[in-house]
Amino acid sequence: MNPNELLYAASHEWAHIAVENGVKVATIGISAFAVQQLNDLVYMDLPEVGKKLAVGDEFGEVESVKAVSPLYSPVAGEITAVNTELPDHLERLGDDPYGSGWVIKVRLSDESALSQLMDFAAYEKQCAAEG
Amino acid sequence: MRNQQHTQLIFELSRPGRRAHRLPPLDVPAVTLTDLIPVDALAESPPPLPELAEGDVVRHFTNLSTLNMSVDTHFYPLGSCTMKYNPKRNERLASLPGLVDVHPLQPDSTVQGLLGLLYEMQYLLGEISGLPGVSLQPAAGAHGELTALMVAAAYFRHRGEHRPVVLTADSAHGTNPASASMAGLETRPVKSNSKGMVDLADLKSKLSESTAVFMLTNPNTLGLFDSQILEITQAVHDVGALVYLDGANMNAILGISRPGDFGADLMHYNPHKTFSGPHGGGGPGAGPICVRDFLTDFLPSPLIVLEDGRYRLDNDRPLSIGRVRSFFGNVGVLVRAYCYIRSHGGDGLRRVSEDAVLGANYLLSRVKHFLDVPHGDRCMHEFVATASRLKKEKGLTAMDLAKRLLDYGFHAPTVYFPLIVPESVMVEPTETESKETLDAFAAALFRITDEAADLVHEAPHSTRISRPDEVQAARNPVMRWTTDE
Amino acid sequence: MYFFHTDEDRRQMLAAIGAESIDQILSDQVPDNVRMKRSLELGPSLTEIELERELRRVAARNISPATHVCFLGGGAYDHFIPAAVDAIASRGEFYTSYTPYQAEVSQGNLQVMFEYETLITQITGLDVSNASLYDGGSGAVEAVLMALAVSKDRNKVVTTGTVHPEYRQTLATYLEGIPATVVTAEPAEDGTAGDILSLIDSSTACVLIQHPNFFGRLEDVAKIAEAAHAAGALLIQVFDPVSTGLLKRPGDLGADIAVAEGQGLGNPLAFGGPYLGIMACRQELVRRLPGRIAGQTVDRRGKRCWVLTLQTREQHIRRDKATSNICSNQTLLALRATIHLSLLGPQGLKETAEQCLQKTAYAKQGFASSERFEVPMMGPTFKEFVVRDKAGDVDGLMEYALQQGQLAGIPLGRWYPELSDCFLVAVTEQRTRNEIDSLVRILSAAPAPGVTAGA
Repeated sequence: MNPNELLYAASHEWAHIAVENGVKVATIGISAFAVQQLNDLVYMDLPEVGKKLAVGDEFGEVESVKAVSPLYSPVAGEITAVNTELPDHLERLGDDPYGSGWVIKVRLSDESALSQLMDFAAYEKQCAAEG
Repeated sequence: MRNQQHTQLIFELSRPGRRAHRLPPLDVPAVTLTDLIPVDALAESPPPLPELAEGDVVRHFTNLSTLNMSVDTHFYPLGSCTMKYNPKRNERLASLPGLVDVHPLQPDSTVQGLLGLLYEMQYLLGEISGLPGVSLQPAAGAHGELTALMVAAAYFRHRGEHRPVVLTADSAHGTNPASASMAGLETRPVKSNSKGMVDLADLKSKLSESTAVFMLTNPNTLGLFDSQILEITQAVHDVGALVYLDGANMNAILGISRPGDFGADLMHYNPHKTFSGPHGGGGPGAGPICVRDFLTDFLPSPLIVLEDGRYRLDNDRPLSIGRVRSFFGNVGVLVRAYCYIRSHGGDGLRRVSEDAVLGANYLLSRVKHFLDVPHGDRCMHEFVATASRLKKEKGLTAMDLAKRLLDYGFHAPTVYFPLIVPESVMVEPTETESKETLDAFAAALFRITDEAADLVHEAPHSTRISRPDEVQAARNPVMRWTTDE
Repeated sequence: MYFFHTDEDRRQMLAAIGAESIDQILSDQVPDNVRMKRSLELGPSLTEIELERELRRVAARNISPATHVCFLGGGAYDHFIPAAVDAIASRGEFYTSYTPYQAEVSQGNLQVMFEYETLITQITGLDVSNASLYDGGSGAVEAVLMALAVSKDRNKVVTTGTVHPEYRQTLATYLEGIPATVVTAEPAEDGTAGDILSLIDSSTACVLIQHPNFFGRLEDVAKIAEAAHAAGALLIQVFDPVSTGLLKRPGDLGADIAVAEGQGLGNPLAFGGPYLGIMACRQELVRRLPGRIAGQTVDRRGKRCWVLTLQTREQHIRRDKATSNICSNQTLLALRATIHLSLLGPQGLKETAEQCLQKTAYAKQGFASSERFEVPMMGPTFKEFVVRDKAGDVDGLMEYALQQGQLAGIPLGRWYPELSDCFLVAVTEQRTRNEIDSLVRILSAAPAPGVTAGA
């Protein structure tokens, strides 16, 4: 996926919206900037398929040696897929954050919150301010 | 000179058939095992423990001991941990047979000496804190926090008040919010202001009828005595909530200011810090708590009472929260603390704190010339410097300073705590260090800030190992030795 | 008192600080209205000679297993402690250090923790151990909290009256503020768990049992484990580390979490503490395990070494979401247990367990054949058993035995009103045939109620 075309939450998750079998599905991951900030991830906790999320709900967490970072859902809906290989291949979060480093897919139940997400330019601005 | 062989793992030293401990011959008629224990409960063989000679064991662990820094061997200015000298007399006295061998379920009549000592300890702790209700049961500071929160919750339940919220300072030890969660209470952080003290406005905005307790460390984890303490405790009391004092920093205020006098309703002590009970490589500690009179009925059972000149363990206390552990408490630690308090008396304890404050301020006066200390020129028993400027200028972090100090023969200060100061270096020298030691430490620290960044970044250079790979340890945890290694 | 500063030191230090006096430093910070205006009333300071005199006087007023023959158990036992345990554990490099935050200068403690954890996995038959908890009682509670956290939607804890009463009391205290309930099976006549199986259902998070149990009896752990697992619950077993010299280990019996009081592994009785909370679990549960864990890794030069690991479970990082609030633990006691088990080895542990078992059986036989007593809970026991005084005068008996130099047993009425005519007798490897014979003889000869001693 091209980072330029994704939507971003202030908490550093990205979302890619696509239509699959007539329903809108968001693929969600963690931005390259966030992964870099977290450096040396050691563990990841993932949710189960079927879990329903509201915008801002915690759906998992990533850990470095001495920090825990919760992951917050940028969208509302039901989890339809989880990248279960990821915890055993944490390097993918850094090497390929917008591809094989995806985390979950969510079938959208409500699209109204999408407009609150940032585009790439706005997100880059936020990162520059934080960095 | 290092003995490499005997710092292998004890399992690697094992040889089949070697043994140390032997038992006298069985002097009762031996019954066939299977007549005593059903076959399916019996193990085929005992656990696969290592097999060693006594000499193996002694040499192995003695060699391991030399790989530790300790108070007996090194200056150990680990902030918040009060690593003071641990008097040898306390070790000997706590090991007297009439104290160390007593079984916890002996009749009260057989332990009158010990119960008397512990009863007196209840008084001593109450006098030092200004809070007369004392439970000696909790096993550590965090356990004391939890116990006190349970006491507060029981008190409010008894009054029919629903108060599910605990407020903690953002500079608090992690144990504060963790204890609140274990007590079934919800935590909300209160901000610190630019002076490092409680942001009173933020506190007031968060206090409500649903607040049970405000947990406060005073002096706080920056080593500062909160000058608004009476306003803080008043504001908490105004909404009907209680003030909890985390006693981690009591070494600063013994005989100088009492928690009960500045508005705390409950507190714990860390006798292994303040009263020199040794830290034991991580424990044991103890976590006795003190409370105001109106909370005494809720303290854990048993308490020691004195009736007609006899001491008795009182379990018949209907409002008590119950027990928080098996048996009486960490008595061995309490006996050491008792010895320490009696060795000093009231004026002696005040001098402990005065010298602790003097030492910290002296070290602060030396260090502030080359490391920033964001919260002022004065401190109580410890201070928090920051390596932020060094990080910007030379790429050196608090961790780098800590590691390089090891090369100079000093244990590192606490780093990266409290969380509200970036690149924090928290130094607590204690009263049992000489001016020469403090001078040498300050000189080493200064020299490090002036050293080549690479040298410091690669430190330590002189220790048994260099920096361990913590990422690997966490990613693929190896938590026991296995034969197939 | 242990001060360093001379008056001259103080003068120089104050000058460097730029303060006139220590009092001025304090007044600058501590508001006057909260300053203490009097001295603490703690008595005069005592010299070492005075303190020793006073403590010896206090110690002399206690009797103990050092002065009397001890048959007390109930979770704390008079097992032998080899001299090497004391000699090593009293090294200042061990006992005056602290939590190994700086691994490079704490390899001694970290390696000991790693060895301890390995030994605990060896005696439990489970995958992972932490570096210690406070004691058996709070350890059992931590295990229950862990099970509740793992099985999020379940809030029922099933246990039985044969689990140590103080452990169950501790559990009740901890669960007061938490949405979880405990249901407790009535012990069976024979002193085993009772009808615990019928209490297990789909809302059960865990089943907490003790084997050998509080009465010294053996439980059918495998069967209870099977029922717990069938219902999707975890099995927590409180065990006796010494018993593992003979009995199948918790992991072999199906326990998911094992906890124990580790006092019997080289730690003195000390009136109840400091003791050692042992906890081990299956690998899948490690992320919910409370307490410190030492793990193996390598340093920058590739050399094997040890560090604290999986720290994100702990309070200093996860704060209100930590697996537990525990910070200071019982490392020194864990060190002692490590040395102790290293000295015993498999053979020493086995022989210790065998002697406990044989001597207990012998003592039980003695009481069973005495006219005044009976052994009400028939069936296998490990190192303690219940005796009933048919004359119903347990307190009088214990007092009488005391006069004859024996700590004869623990009256059970305080926890079990229906057993107020019973007491618990523990026999460790230290007791001799003579001591056991005297116990039975003395108690059998004790005056019955209504008859005054010596009459």
